Amino acid sequence: MSRKTQALAALCAGLMIAATGCGSSGDSGGDDNTIIWWHNSNNDPGKGYYEQVAKDFEKANPGVDVKVQAFAHEDMLTKLDAAFQSGDPEQIPDVYMERGGGELADHVEAGLTKDLSEDASDEIDMIGGSVAGWQVDGKTYALPFSIGVVGFWYNKDLFAKAGITTAPTTMEDFYAAVDKLKAAGIQPVSVGAKDAWPAAHYYYWTAVRECSEDVLTSAVKSLDFSDACFEKAGDDLVDIVAKKPFNNGFLSTGAQEGPTSASGLLATGKVAMELAGHWEPGVMQGITEDKKGLGDKTGWFAFPQIEGGQGDPAAQMGGGDAWAVSEGAPDASVDFVKYLLSTDVQTGFAKNGMGLPTNPDATGALTDPALADLIKVRDSAPYVQLYFDTAFGQSVGGAMNDAIVNVFAGKGSAADIVKATQAAADKEK
Amino acid sequence: MTHDVTEPAAAASGHATSDARRTGAVRRAPGGPAGTGSAGPNRRGDDWRKRLEILVFVTPALALIALFVAWPIVTAVRFSVYDWKGFGDLTDFVGLENYAEVLGDEVFRSAVGHNMVIVVGSILLQLPLGVAIALLLNRKMRGQGLLRTIIFVPYVLAEVIAAVVWLQLLQPQYGFIDAVTAQIGLTPPEQGWLGTPEYALWIVLLVLTWKYLGLAVLLFLAGMQGVSEELHEAAQLDGASWWQTQWRITIPLLGPTMRTWAFLSMIGSIQCFDMIWVLTQGGPADATATMATYLIDEGTKRHNYGIAGAASVILFVIAFAMALAYQVLILRRDTQDDTQRYTRAESALFGALSRKRKAA
Repeated sequence: MSRKTQALAALCAGLMIAATGCGSSGDSGGDDNTIIWWHNSNNDPGKGYYEQVAKDFEKANPGVDVKVQAFAHEDMLTKLDAAFQSGDPEQIPDVYMERGGGELADHVEAGLTKDLSEDASDEIDMIGGSVAGWQVDGKTYALPFSIGVVGFWYNKDLFAKAGITTAPTTMEDFYAAVDKLKAAGIQPVSVGAKDAWPAAHYYYWTAVRECSEDVLTSAVKSLDFSDACFEKAGDDLVDIVAKKPFNNGFLSTGAQEGPTSASGLLATGKVAMELAGHWEPGVMQGITEDKKGLGDKTGWFAFPQIEGGQGDPAAQMGGGDAWAVSEGAPDASVDFVKYLLSTDVQTGFAKNGMGLPTNPDATGALTDPALADLIKVRDSAPYVQLYFDTAFGQSVGGAMNDAIVNVFAGKGSAADIVKATQAAADKEK
Repeated sequence: MTHDVTEPAAAASGHATSDARRTGAVRRAPGGPAGTGSAGPNRRGDDWRKRLEILVFVTPALALIALFVAWPIVTAVRFSVYDWKGFGDLTDFVGLENYAEVLGDEVFRSAVGHNMVIVVGSILLQLPLGVAIALLLNRKMRGQGLLRTIIFVPYVLAEVIAAVVWLQLLQPQYGFIDAVTAQIGLTPPEQGWLGTPEYALWIVLLVLTWKYLGLAVLLFLAGMQGVSEELHEAAQLDGASWWQTQWRITIPLLGPTMRTWAFLSMIGSIQCFDMIWVLTQGGPADATATMATYLIDEGTKRHNYGIAGAASVILFVIAFAMALAYQVLILRRDTQDDTQRYTRAESALFGALSRKRKAA
């Protein structure tokens, strides 16, 4: 056999292996005692903590093997999509993260996610009303382990410099603060409109202020946006944008990456405030060189009240992550998810600053003062409205977000937001 | 996956025929052109060998094309006629509804428009600039090599890296470009260069020009090397100035290179994605959306895989139609018999020169 033909034969053989091999390279997810667990805490202390959690569970349940796979958040989402797309139970993790809302509903409809209503009824009772975002037709498919709320993070020093003594509570206060900051030569608010969702949060919030809980809840189910409050919320947004409170070039500003992102501008003292979720202190710490973010200067206030709005003044808007069990997973997976919601695990979760725990007995363990304050706000809220793009699903949410960014760009009206959202929703029905 | 099954058989017979081919070739060599020298029973054997030979050498390539080109295209077409969220079985057949929706979507139509602006804009900007720079760099001068390298560097950079560099330069307020604009007494746009919907596409086009000008220059320079020195000398003898020589000899003879380059540029512009995704993500307010960003947005972001599938098929058809039209209308001239074309250009050239001489 000449060298050339040998190489050729090797190539052909290699090709064959490559073509057939990809089907069987997945993990042994079908194994009765092996739990494949995907999470996105790929940095310490979270990564190490979850490894320890898995070991503890293995020790308490002899014979069970927990395989932990930590991903960067975006990677995890891509991998999950690919695994679900394949429909191959071997490739789908047994325990994974669900963001709830329309996305979860799609997974449920495709028969990918296990109903936990019966098996985890104690945990569901414990978590309380917030679990609603992970329910489809009255059944619970995932257990939220961290739920945060979106509000304004601000720089206390810059507020003081502009002569603002109390955090704004109404829209009038907010506009007054914006004027004062501008007069002091400080850019008031940063927003990462390039990434769409940070801008979209403004509309979600005006809608939570304008619409009653009933309207929002039924809209999630019926995908009907005809209630006048949705357009009123859009008008409020148009007003906010017209006030020009945002950083220069906000349309091309990213959300969280680097010092010129919206979070970076707040972290480096270039703007006075930003509307963001509970992750903001952590993001800012990652951006600044001393890893302290805004440190002691960090302040938080809830989205201002809008006069005449139908929403509950104490309602919050936010979202979180929940542990779900895939349909083909071994039974021990359910026990594992229940263990993840236990006071022990959630306390460690809070201590390590990995999020805002949902187990009431663990909330006291938060060490970060900003987060400790935030969890009080969350727990005193009558309900936490899930981010609209999650609640309505990516298809409707994406169309809505695009229309909202158009308003930020001065290219659309309140009616356009409702129209674009309804058009995308009608395709879902 | 039928090709995989046939693979071992092809490979096994491969070495036998290949050895045979070698001896055959040696035997044939003195006998003149293949196929004419040998006769009778041997000829039939040769035919067989030849077929097997082709099979062995073509099969791996075909298998790869089938696996990585044909199969994805077929899959995209299949997705495009279903309403599919990205998981579960393909059950919700919707026919051509997705196509109607994509074509009716204002964002997609504007995306096609943006693609066309990039196609035309790239050629209009890069062709004269590229030719001018290539002419300049084709003269013997000091630092020629260095200059050529500098012009070519942007092309060597990965598109994403180049985009990140420009993203930093174009940062509103804190970026280099804004600082320079302010320094020379102009007010940069309030939303920054990339954040103003009216400017964003043009800025992207400028960055693309910066990035791909090097390729145009390189190809044109190579084309210029192919222009026979004798023609230049003849022109010089006839008293043509440097400008006349370039205008009447170099540039006309550069035609085939330009046409091939324009083809490459066009295809690249239709598929334009990386640069835009990093710089603007298709924004602000879809001002820089291209067909490629549209299908990523609908597919990976919104999980409307049916819509994305339809958009990708439309993109494929547009690119294919444009490529075919270009091939038929423009590139065909270059694929004709080479000597004929050259003679024609040459005779035109000499005709022009002689006319000029008469006039003088």
